Parts: sequence; C-alpha cells; structure tokens
Amino acid sequence: MSALLEATDLRKSFGPTPALDGAGLSVRAGEVVAVMGPSGSGKSTLLHCMAGILTPDSGVVRYRDVELSSLADGERSELRRTDFGFVFQFGQLVPELSCLENVALPLRLGGTKRREAEARAKDWLDRLEVSDVADKRPGETSGGQGQRVAVARALVTGPRVVFADEPTGALDSLNGERVMQLLTTAARETNAAVVLVTHEARVAAYSDREVVVRDGRSREVEPVR
Amino acid sequence: MSIGHTLLGLLEKGPRHGYDLKKAYDERFGQDRPLHYGQVYTTLSRLLRNGLVEEAGVEAGEGPERKRYAITDAGVTDVESWLGTPEKPEPYLQNTLYAKVVLALLSGRSADEVLDVQRSAHLRTMRELTRRKAAGDLADQLICDHALFHLEADLRWLELTAARLGQLSAQLSAVTR
Repeated sequence: MSALLEATDLRKSFGPTPALDGAGLSVRAGEVVAVMGPSGSGKSTLLHCMAGILTPDSGVVRYRDVELSSLADGERSELRRTDFGFVFQFGQLVPELSCLENVALPLRLGGTKRREAEARAKDWLDRLEVSDVADKRPGETSGGQGQRVAVARALVTGPRVVFADEPTGALDSLNGERVMQLLTTAARETNAAVVLVTHEARVAAYSDREVVVRDGRSREVEPVR
Repeated sequence: MSIGHTLLGLLEKGPRHGYDLKKAYDERFGQDRPLHYGQVYTTLSRLLRNGLVEEAGVEAGEGPERKRYAITDAGVTDVESWLGTPEKPEPYLQNTLYAKVVLALLSGRSADEVLDVQRSAHLRTMRELTRRKAAGDLADQLICDHALFHLEADLRWLELTAARLGQLSAQLSAVTR
C-alpha cells in the first residue's frame, strides 16, 4: 500500500541548532506509528512539520501526493481542520467552553450547524466513555477525562491522520492506558493513521511499528527474528 | 515461583483434585509455562508429607488422580508467611543486556545500536502483551502488566545508559580536542 503521508529528508533549524537533520517518515492509512527517541531528539519537530504546523527549511512532506509546501497558508489550515486531528499532552481545550462545545468546535468551524455538530460530538463523547462531563468545563474534569475529551475532539471530524504528541504524558498509568486503548481502537475503526510521539515504551506498544529519532535523524529498526 | 505456595493458595478456596489445581494454576499463572502433571503430583505429595494439605475424600472415578486435597491450618499459616515475606529485589546488573552495552562501549561500538535493536525486540513482545491484555480477563491483564513494566524498565535503563554514553563521549572528545 502506498503512503498516505510521507516526509523525506527534512531539515529544520531553530537558530544555529538543527532540530531535524535529514529525518523522514512514511505513514500508511490505518496504521499507528510510534515516533520514539530521547527529549530534544527532534521527534516533536518532525510531527509539527508533517502536520503542516511548521515549515521545514528543506525536504518534502507529501500528503495524498500533494506537497504541503505547495499549498497556501489558508489551504494548509483548511487541510489541518478537515483531514488532520491533534492530541497534545495538555492545554488544548478551550477553558470557556463546555466539553461538548469543545468537541463540537472543529465541526462548527467547518460550518456544520450547531445541532448536528453537537449530536456528533455527543456520539464521540459516548465512544470515549466521558458523556457524563459533556456539560462541564474542561477545568472541572479530571486529567483522564479531559484527555478523552481531547481525543473525541481530534476524531470528531473523521480525520485521516491523527497526530498525538505525548498524549498520555500528564496521566497516571491506568488513565494513560485507557486513553491509548480508546484512541487506537477508534482510529483503527475509522481507518485513520496515527502518528504517535512518545518516549514511553508501554505507550508505544499500542503502535504497529516504531521509528526512532535521534539527533534529528530518523531510523526504522527492523526487528531481528 | 514457588509452585507449592501457589497451589496452597489456590486450595484456600476449597478442596480440589490435582487436575483441577493444574487447570486453575495454568489459567492464572501458567500462560507461558503450564505445569506438568508430574510437578503437580510431586508437589502435592510433598505438601501432604509436610502436613500442609490433607486428603479430603476421593471422587467417584478411576485412578489416584481423583483424590481431593484440602489445605490444613498449618498450610494456611504457611501461605500467610509466604505472602508476608518480601521477594528479594533482584539486581539485574549481571544480565546479558548490561554485558552487551558494556562490551559495545569497551570495543568502541555504538551503544545506540544495541539500544535500537533491543528496543525493537522488546516492543514486539510488548505489543503482543498489550493485545493479549486487551482481549483478556483481569488475571491476564495483571500478568501482562507485570511483564510490560519489567520490559519497560529494561528499556528505560538502556535509554539512560545510551544518553549517558553520548554525554561521556562528547566530554571525552572535548578533552582530547
């Protein structure tokens, strides 16, 4: 199967410090790929470049055979809203909105009517087993509940790629595990690919394969049988 | 693992015959290494000799394996004392992973290489355990978690070591420059 999203020979520097030094990654539809490596290795920068949040200094990111750098800023934003979903470690929900409104937000921004957007949001809150916090604000939920709401919001638009950067980083083992289970199950059911940045092996164990980033370069290790 | 104590613990729920005990043991603790019948009966006769179990009647049927065993008061005390005694925290420092990393370092090879290959093998096992956990009951989940945390600990040690080695070689090259 050909790649859904593919990054080749990415280079990106912040000032004099190279964050990416020839990194690449290829992701097929429906697979969960763990991006591992020590802190500061460039794994989050790789994710941000692949998601079109950052523009690499050189190298190519192709999504469904379209080069992200060939798109105008507005087109890239549109793509992120319609085709990509994002889950970060924390701080991603709008504190003034209820959890239901937070999940409905990406649909509302895309022009879906409130009623329909909230019905779909409610459905995703159910799937993530947090329908009981629908009317609460994010600040009134536990870390585990908040993160499930964030996963619901990432998946509500039916993205083809979900970018998850340390999605369980702020959770205890039990909640982290539940979030990973729900995230990967939902992604596999909808045939979405997941790019999962993590430094935790137990989290990476939910992936289909792993890529290691070290000193800005990525490496796929073939298991020795 | 102490098979004797485990069988005693299983008998606390009520008398069972050997085959039943083996099944109960295999379901909970024997995913990778089920007990042989021989082990069960040797263990039971030792427990019987030491007064930790007693015979509790024979079920209708052929052969000696239909004998039922019950735990005695001394057996219960023995289980309690076993549960109350901590296991010796194993120092894993002598294990093969340690030897490989040290040898890689001493021979000027890349410790990162050892780490990456080992991580890949560890993750393959961890994926299997994660899948088994998702499909299993509580006992499965507990035993898989135990294995997962141990494998993760190995990897964290390897990663820390690789990071330290990187630092060390940077320091060395700065000194010799």
